[in-house]
Parts: sequence; structure tokens; C-alpha cells
Amino acid sequence: MKHEVFEKNSIVLLIGILIMVSIGGLVQIAPLFWVDSTIEKVKGMRPYTPLEQAGRDIYVREGCYTCHSQMIRTLRDEVERYGHYSLAAESMYDHPFQWGSKRTGPDLARVGGKYSDQWHADHMINPRSLVPESIMPGYPFLASTRLRTDDIQGKMRTLRMVGVPYTDEQIEKAQADIAAQLSPESRQARELLVRYPKAKILAYSGGGDPKAPTELDALIAYLQVLGQMVDFATFDASGPNLR
Amino acid sequence: MSNTRAEWEALSDTMALVGAALVAALGLVFAFMSTEAPLVFHGALFVLGGVLAAVGVLRYAKLTKGADTISDGDYFDGPIRVATIAAVFWGIAGFVVGLVIALQLAFPALNLDLPWTTFGRLRPLHTSAVIFAFGGNVLLATSFYVVQRTCHARLAGRWSPWFVVWGFQLFIAVAGTGYLLGITQGKEYAEPEWYADLWLTVVWVVYLLVFLGTLWKRKEPHIYVANWFYLAFIVTVAMLHLVNNAMLPVSLTGTKSYIVYSGVQDAMTQWWYGHNAVGFFLTAGFLGIMYYFVPKRVERPVYSYRLSIVHFWTLIFIYIWAGPHHLHYTALPDWAQTLGMTFSIMLWMPSWGGMINGLMTLAGAWDKLRTDPVVRLLVVSVAFYGMSTFEGPLMSIKAVNSLSHYTDWTIGHVHSGALGWVAMVSFGAIYCLVPWLWNRRGLYSIKLVEWHFWISTIGILLYISAMWVSGITQGLMWRAYDKLGFLQYSFIETVEAMRPYYLIRALGGLLFVLGSLIMAYNIWRTIRGDAIRDEADQPEVAAAPALRLQPAE
Repeated sequence: MKHEVFEKNSIVLLIGILIMVSIGGLVQIAPLFWVDSTIEKVKGMRPYTPLEQAGRDIYVREGCYTCHSQMIRTLRDEVERYGHYSLAAESMYDHPFQWGSKRTGPDLARVGGKYSDQWHADHMINPRSLVPESIMPGYPFLASTRLRTDDIQGKMRTLRMVGVPYTDEQIEKAQADIAAQLSPESRQARELLVRYPKAKILAYSGGGDPKAPTELDALIAYLQVLGQMVDFATFDASGPNLR
Repeated sequence: MSNTRAEWEALSDTMALVGAALVAALGLVFAFMSTEAPLVFHGALFVLGGVLAAVGVLRYAKLTKGADTISDGDYFDGPIRVATIAAVFWGIAGFVVGLVIALQLAFPALNLDLPWTTFGRLRPLHTSAVIFAFGGNVLLATSFYVVQRTCHARLAGRWSPWFVVWGFQLFIAVAGTGYLLGITQGKEYAEPEWYADLWLTVVWVVYLLVFLGTLWKRKEPHIYVANWFYLAFIVTVAMLHLVNNAMLPVSLTGTKSYIVYSGVQDAMTQWWYGHNAVGFFLTAGFLGIMYYFVPKRVERPVYSYRLSIVHFWTLIFIYIWAGPHHLHYTALPDWAQTLGMTFSIMLWMPSWGGMINGLMTLAGAWDKLRTDPVVRLLVVSVAFYGMSTFEGPLMSIKAVNSLSHYTDWTIGHVHSGALGWVAMVSFGAIYCLVPWLWNRRGLYSIKLVEWHFWISTIGILLYISAMWVSGITQGLMWRAYDKLGFLQYSFIETVEAMRPYYLIRALGGLLFVLGSLIMAYNIWRTIRGDAIRDEADQPEVAAAPALRLQPAE
């Protein structure tokens, strides 16, 4: 075939281009939606609590991914520094994913439980008060900004539509669950833990009032659950999860 | 004949007014229905855009009523002039924000502890401003220029080209202010939220139609090679944008939306998009520039026609596979990583084929490299293209990537491509375009182009060498073990070690900004029509075609 065909007919050229640029994406992306082994079978993954999801939205809003990854690679030094390498299952409810591409700061995939709530609060307000060499921006405004909670049910319904398995009960109780996660030792907190196992009930509340949570409370709730969900005692990489 | 023409113009003016009214109405809905201050603000921007568009249409329609001002032989250059000035303006804005965030990494106090000025919000502003606002306007300007000249046809449409250019500026304003206000999807290089994405889709579809419409009107039997690249860029960017931004808004009167993909599928889709923003926005489109402006400026034909064909089809076929090299050793399945690496290495060949085709076009005219700094900008850009398309495949090899990924090496690689290739070829094209578009005998000063060339080249070299050293240093420090088998460095020690390189990088960035300011000054004086300082030093081709002693066409 002469190349003239493409050079003399813009529609043929256009169709040729479309075919050429479609193949790679189809081969690489489409199978990820139906090949079973893409996402490992694990125990413990659950949707984020309303407070954690609100905190995640703040993490996205502030562009934390521009400096922090959430993806521990299968390399010896990374596993020793950050913990078990990240599984695809661990971000299965993340819309969007926040694996990141740059580590100006450390990886955060397993930062949950590593520091106290109070440490996170102090560190977010002024990173250099705890780590003098840090180059992270300070986020004091998060501690003084009241968390918007009236939209949480709409967000959870939207997330359910894109595949996060929130139950009707979880969506219905969302507002109360936000306060519950900031009320240690309460009956509501115990109920929250039934709906969302392993959620961290925050000992710290920047606002001092569970009914008036701050954006910092939400962000800390999110940071504290990172890497905490999957039960690695029962995870078997070589069995059905062999990829 | 003239009657149908008047009717056609009246119809198209009416449709343009209806379009402007729709934009304004949409803005009013956002401004009055939303409870979120940023969306109210963006609604007001849309209203402003719609009103200004309507005023423009009415004034122009009144001005040209009854007069047979346009013949099909005239080129449609107004929108190109706007896009050229916009490119210089957004370029400087984007470079300055880049300098600010470079300084923030060296002096964190510059984050000011305010929401709108933290690194996390400014970094997307920088990347989008340089890629989409600067690069995008260069592509709009050059593609509209090239497609008319190589087809011997006026741009299709009476208002559509204006809509594409001004609609794109509105997108930039909405997206850019959105970043500062914390409106983001959190996907790299695809940060704008759903309503900005939808607006860009409308603009882009019209762009494609204008481009195709002009090809249909062509008086040349063949479509010139530069237009193949522009067409591939426009179509593929549309596909990438639509697939990667598939989302569901939480509310039609709110800013927040959620991407329909999650986790590993979202990662793969994002880097399929992300790497092809490089491949098609920053490469294919700019290769279109190379294929027109290099031969034009050195007055030699493209080196090899056959090589152009091979270059084109292999480049667009292979590029689209390269995305997974951003996800080596992650939770992306191994088969996808391996495919990504394999195709990234294969990509070296078409890339160098294109580089050779560009460089060898100078065969017989190498002396111009010495005498014409605009040629030097174009040629050095192609050389940087060759360097970064060698470095890219190297870094996509898994073993190399295990060291380079997550470090500043990536940042250095991106900038050798973005500053060395994209920006330098753009500067060369802008220096060609301005005298041609404003009908001048040459640039205000070719000497200033010389200064611009050297200052930015030194800036780029400082930038990329600092990032090579810092990236490789940090990568090695992360994986260093002491004698007892423990990790040798804490993370914060590796941050501390970066500081000198961050200072050198900021210095490189400062030089690059200074160079762009020199360019802006030079362009401004040229457009104003000030007496040329060194006309004797400029080649004949620097003048607008009508003003050349022996017109080239």
C-alpha cells in the first residue's frame, strides 16, 4: 500500500492514527478490570470511615501526593524502611489512587500507628518543631478550619456508585460516625468499630469538641489508618495470590 | 454569491452569540446555585467570558457589515497572534512559579503557612502552567499557522478559531485559580476538576474540527508531515483526556468529584495518560513544530521523507505503551510493567529517527548554526530531545528505575525534556513567528536572542546536573547499608543532603526565567514596530514573507 493514501485523505489518516494509538491502552488497561489475580485476595480491607474519607479528600486537596508516595516497592531497602510492600488490594477503595511519583518526603503507605495523634497534630502545624531539618510546609490553617460535614453522605453515595461498598446503614449514620470517631470510650465509638473494624478513635481533637471537628482531625484519622487494614498474618503471597 | 456569503456570516455571528449566551448562562447557574465560594468565583469567570465574547462578536459584526473584507486567500492570523502572546505570558508565569517552588524546597519558610501558597498547591500550578498554558498556546499558535501555510487554505470557521484560543485561556484561568483554591482531582497533570475538564473537552473538539476543516479545504494534494503530527497530538490528547478523567461529580453545584477508577486500575490509566501527555502533547505536537520551522528557517527540505513516515507511525504506536514504566516494582502486575519497559526501550529508535531527521535537515546549511541564534535554539532543542529520549528508555529499565524512581533524577529528566526540548523549540518558533505574523522586517534584536539562548542554556545545564547528582545521591542513600546490615541513613538525613543541589537548581531556574524575560522584551519591541537594532545580522527569512527581497513562496 502506498503511503499516499494517508497523505491525501485526512479521514483515512485520522482513522489510521486512532487505530495505532488505541492498541497499547487496550492491551495494558482493559485486562486489569477482569484478570482475577490483579487485586489480591486479602482479609481486612474495608471502606474508609466518614472521618477518614473526609481526611483523604483533604490529603488530595492539599496535593500531599506531590511529595509523598503511598506505594512501597518490592525492594529490600523499602521493605526494611517502610514495612511490607504495598498490595494492589490496599488501594482498592482509593478514588483516586495516591501512589505518588516523588519522595521529597517519606512514603506514607504504612504511616498509620507509627506516631501518636498528638505528634501528627504538632507536626502538621509546624513540622520543624519536631523535625528541625524538615522542608515540609506548615499546615496550621487545618487546625483552625472547621471540617465541612454536611456533604459527607453525598460523597459516600457517589463513592458507592463508583464501586466502594458502603452500606445504607454506613451512609445513614455518617454524620454521627464523624463525631463518634472523635469520642474515645463512648458507646458510639464502639458501634463505629463494628461498622469499620480497626478504625482509630482519635485521642486528639484540635477543636476540643467532637461535634465541631477540624480538618486536622480528619487528616489525622486518615493518616492513622494508612497501612492498617490488611491482616498480614493471614496474607499468603505464594498461594492463590501468586502473580 | 456575496449574498449567500453575507447570510452565512450573519448565521455564524448569531450562533456565536448563542454560544456566548450559553456560556454566560452556565456561569450564572454556578454563581448562584453553588454554596462553595470557589465555584461561585468560577461561575463569575464563565459569565465574564460569555459577556466579553458577545461584545467581541457584536463589535466585529458591526465593523465588517456589508464590507467584503475577507477572501479565502487571506490567512486567519488573529487567533494565532493572541495565542503567541498568551504563550509568552503563561510561559513566564509558569517559569516564575517553578522558581518559587524550587526555592520553597530550599527555604521551607517560603510556604508562608498559608493554604494558597504551599508547595502542594503551587506544584500543580507550575506543571499545568508550563505544559498546558505555555505549551498548549505554542501548539495552538503554531498548528494554526502551519496548517494554513501548508494547505494554502484559510482556517475553517469564522468564530471557531477565536473560540478555541479564548476558550482555552478561560480553561487555564479556571484550572489555575482552582489549584490555588484547593480544587483538584489529585491526578498528576490531570488536576482540573470535572467542570473544567468538560469545558476543555468542548474547546478541544472544536479545535479538532477547525484543524480537520482546514485540511479539507486544502489546495495541496498532500497533507504535509507536520500536520500528521499535529493531528495525532489533537486526537490522542482528546482520547487520553476523556478516558483518564472519567468521573462522577458529588453534586452538579459543587466542585468535588470522584474518579470512577480506583487503586491499581486508576494508577495504570493515570500513567497511560501521564506518559502520553509527554508523548503526544509535549512530543508529537512539538515534532510538528520541528518539521515545519526547522526546514523553513534553514531553507532546506526535510532530510528524509521516508524517515518521516517511519518516524511518525512507529512513534505514535509505541509511545502509547510506555506508561507502566512509572509503576515499576509497584502493585501493578508484572506483565504490565514488563510491557511498559519493553516498549519504552523500543521507543528510543523512533525518537532518534526523528532527531536525525531534524538535525540532518541542516545538511549543507550548518553555518547557520553559527550565524543565526534562532536556528541554534531550534537545533539545540532537537539535541536535547535526543538526549532526553535516550535518558528516558535508560530510566525505564527496571534495574535503573529502582534507583531513579521517586528521586530528583526524574525531575531532572523531565526538565531536560521540558526546558531543553519543548521550551527551546517553542522559543525558536516564537522568534520565527512574531515578525512573520506582525509583518516586520525582523526581530527587534537578534543580539538579545543570542543572550536568551546562552542564559537559558546555562540555566538548563545547572538545573539538570544538580538534579542528576541529587537524585542519584538520594537513591543511593536510601539503599545504603552499614557494616551490620542496617539501613545507614534515616530519611531526614537524605533530605538534608539535598539542600546544596536545591540551591543550584533554583539558580538554574532563575537564569531560565531571566532568559524568558529577555525574550518577552524583545517580542514586545518587535510587535510595537520599533526600529530594528541589527537588521544586517538577521537572515532574509527572519522578515515577514511579504517583506522579503525574494519571497520564499
